[in-house]
Formats: sequence, structure tokens, C-alpha cells
Amino acid sequence: MIRLEHVSKTYEAGVQAVTDVSLHIAPGEFVFIVGDSGSGKSTLIKLLLKELNPTHGKIIVGGKDLEKINRRQIPRYRRNVGVVFQNFRLLQDRNVYENVAFAMRVIEAPKKDIKRKVPTILSLVGLAAKYRSLPKQLSGGEQQRVAIARALVNEPKILLADEPTGNLDNRNAWEIMKLLDEINQRGTTVVVVTHNMDFVKTMNKRVITIKKGVVVDDQGGEEI
Amino acid sequence: MRLSTLSYNFRQGIANIWKNKMFSLASIATMTACIFLLGVFYSIGVNFESMVRNAEEGVAVTVLFDEGITDEQIQAIGDSISARSEVSKYEFISAEQAWETYKLDYFNGDEEAAAVFADDNPLANSASYSIYLNDVSMQQSLVTYLEGLDGVREVHYSDVAAKTLTDFNHLIKLISLALIAILIAVAVFLISNTITVGISVRKEEIAIMKLIGAKDSFVRAPFVVEGVVIGLIGSVIPLVLLLVLYQRILNYVAERFDALSNLFSFVPADEVFRFLVPVSLVLGVGIGLIGSRITLKRHLKV
Repeated sequence: MIRLEHVSKTYEAGVQAVTDVSLHIAPGEFVFIVGDSGSGKSTLIKLLLKELNPTHGKIIVGGKDLEKINRRQIPRYRRNVGVVFQNFRLLQDRNVYENVAFAMRVIEAPKKDIKRKVPTILSLVGLAAKYRSLPKQLSGGEQQRVAIARALVNEPKILLADEPTGNLDNRNAWEIMKLLDEINQRGTTVVVVTHNMDFVKTMNKRVITIKKGVVVDDQGGEEI
Repeated sequence: MRLSTLSYNFRQGIANIWKNKMFSLASIATMTACIFLLGVFYSIGVNFESMVRNAEEGVAVTVLFDEGITDEQIQAIGDSISARSEVSKYEFISAEQAWETYKLDYFNGDEEAAAVFADDNPLANSASYSIYLNDVSMQQSLVTYLEGLDGVREVHYSDVAAKTLTDFNHLIKLISLALIAILIAVAVFLISNTITVGISVRKEEIAIMKLIGAKDSFVRAPFVVEGVVIGLIGSVIPLVLLLVLYQRILNYVAERFDALSNLFSFVPADEVFRFLVPVSLVLGVGIGLIGSRITLKRHLKV
């Protein structure tokens, strides 16, 4: 599903964020990418979203070489990759329903599809009753659920989560992790970037460890 | 783009204008001022042009003939005049007609006073052609031509009148064009500024849209709507103002200055607005479109 071949990324200022990373994530896998802040985890997410291009190496996602995707094709590519952020990135002036519907409007989905799918996905993340609430009226955990619902509503094959529990208390963080696991059980490939080792140890999934931009450990998954 | 997407983007554009009230208002005000002044200058210009045209009709070139000229020669000169493209009309005034007119002007129709000259027309040599021009600016070339014709003794014309009218007309046109150009530039700048503020306020929303797979056209659409709607409002307001004002001025002048309205004939409102309405609307929408496109091109590279 995701394949990185000798990927390096050097920023313009000369900072080497990622160095010669090669890895393979199979369809339907649940993978943790762990490392300290500044280790290059977020750069990796940005490379997978084609927000950044690698300085060297090749990235293949869902059989597509990202290098060969031109600017105009990026939107179509991103529709297959759901993404969740540490700070949720919800639209503060719109309610829960609108935030999720927004993801479908953006891809110009028909109105009747929006009306059908948004309530379904809100039930899945347990927020059906709060569809009219504004983000600021929700707890951090609830806001992250909205963000997950938004990432999933277009049925992407891959879900990238960048420190999804970073702003949450322990109980809420667990709820989110369980939800991500559930989503993975339904067949979506899930990649979670985190520095919280408690979950990583407990959940017993594949763990890729990055240090200073280099993969130093890869346990529990298939090797390449 | 789907109909539902179009209507969504349209609503977003309107919402942007509302959220961005102060800047939208400033843009609308500038557009209004811009189009209003355009209308004022156009109305003045078009009325002045019509007055100049009326005045031009009164500016005639008079051709006097050599003594003892034959009717055939006069006819030949007439043919040469009629062949010129700058001539709108010309008429032959015989010595007798000239004397009759003179008597009327000078003796106020007093036949007795004029009877002194009973059988001796003092203007016997004053048969002439009066020539009226399409465009006074071409007077000089015609005069030069006429002076070169056989049988022509003298050509009378008013150089000053023609030159003043032409120069004044050019000046008004030039000032109007310069002012309109400056105002259009200011309007484009201000709309572009409004859109820039809109973009910076919605930076996060735009970034999210891009990350979840929005096409550039989808991200741009609300801003284009914003620019076009501002342009449209900014051109409808001044058009209404101008129409009301123009008719009031026409009525006012007609009531208060009876003598003036005989002197000048104003161009009727529907004739002025037949040009002004489409031009203002196209300009308003065009400025909105250009202003937003320029800004989006500069600021929307995600």
C-alpha cells in the first residue's frame, strides 16, 4: 500500500529531516511510527500527503509513484488518503455536521450522498447526538472524533494520524486509539505517528522507530 | 462543477463578504466612487460633445469669388466642394440673397432706409458658398484646398472658434480617460486587498480544503464570487445614483434656466444610460474578476 525507497528530505535551510528511509506498509496494516520531536515523523506524513517532495528516493502509494503525480492530480490523490492532526484542525465557525460534510463538498459529492453518509459516519465515531454542536462546545476527544469522521467520510484506503492523541487526556486518548483500531479492522490501512510509548506497547502493533531522520527499528511487521 | 457545488460556493462567497464587512464595504465604496465618476465624466463628455456638434454646425467657411466670374465657374467650384469628404453640406448664396440678409440684419427690415441702395446692390461681389463641416478639426486642410481653387478670391473662416472647440473636446476626453484609468487601477488594487485579507483570514480553512483533496478551482470559487459580487454591487449603486441625479439636473435646468435650455440641448437620459449601464456592469464585474484572479494567483499556491 505504501512503499518508500531510499527516501531523503533536506529542507532549503540545509536541515536533513529524513535520511535514506526505506519501508513498506501492506494494505490493511496498523503501523505506529514513533520518535522524539524533530525526528522527522511529521516530515514523513507531509511526504505521504505530497505536501513536500523528497530530495531523493521514491514514494509509491496505492501503486502510484508520487513523483509522477502533477500539481493538478494532487487533489484526486489526496482523496484516497485521510488525515488527522494533533490539533484537530476543525473549522471553528461550523458545527459537527458541517465539518464532516465539508470534506464531501470539497470533493464535489452529490448532495444526497452527503445527507446519507455524514450521519452514518457520525454514528460510527459516536457523535450522532452532537451533530449541531460547534467545535468549541466539544471536549478534545470529541473534536478528534469529528476530525476522524471527516477523514473517513470519503472512504480513503489509508488513514494518516499525526499525533492524534497529543492534545488529549489519557481516557480520551484511549478512546481515540480504540476507534482507530476499529477503523483498521474495517480494512483501512492506518498509520499513526506518535511519541506516546504507552499505547504503542499496549496495542501490540507494528512499530517503526525513527531517530534523527533514520529508521532505527522496525518491529512486528513484515520486513522489506 | 455540480449545481449544488456552485450554489455552495456562491453562498460561501456571499458569507465571505459578510465576514469581511469592513474591507468589502471599502471595496464597494471605491468601486461605487470609480463607476460614479466614470458616469459623471461620460455624461459631461457626451453632453459637451453634443454641444460641440451643435456649435460646429454653426461654424461655416465662406468662399467668395473673383470679380466677373461666370456661373459655370461657380458651378465648378461647387462641384469641387461637394467632392470633399469633410463637407457636411454647402449652400450657394447669391449677391441678392446676401443683400437681403444684410438689410434684415442692419436696417432691421427698414425698407426706406435701405431704399437708398435701391438699384445698386453694394454687395454685388458678395455671392458665396457657405460650407459646413463634419468635424471642425479638418477646417484648416479644407481652407488650404479652397484657397488653391481657380476663381476663389477669398476664404473666410474662424480659426479660433474651430481650434478652441476641438482643443476643449480633446482635453475633456483626455482628462476623463486619465481619471478613469487611475480609478480602475485603484479599484483593482482595493478588491485585490479585500481578497488578500479574506485569504489570510481563511488560511487554515484553505489548507484543510487542500489536504482533503479540494481542487484549486473549488478553493478559488468563493473568492471569485466575492470579487464579482463586490464589483456588481459597486456598479449598480452608482448607476442608480447617476440616473436619479442626471434626471434631477435636467429637470432643474429646464425649470430654472429656461434660456439655457434653449441654448444647450442636453442628451436625454436613456441615450446616456444605454451606453453607461452595460459599460459600468461589464467594468464592475471585470474589475472584480481581475482583482480576485490576480490575488488568487499570487496567494493560492498550496
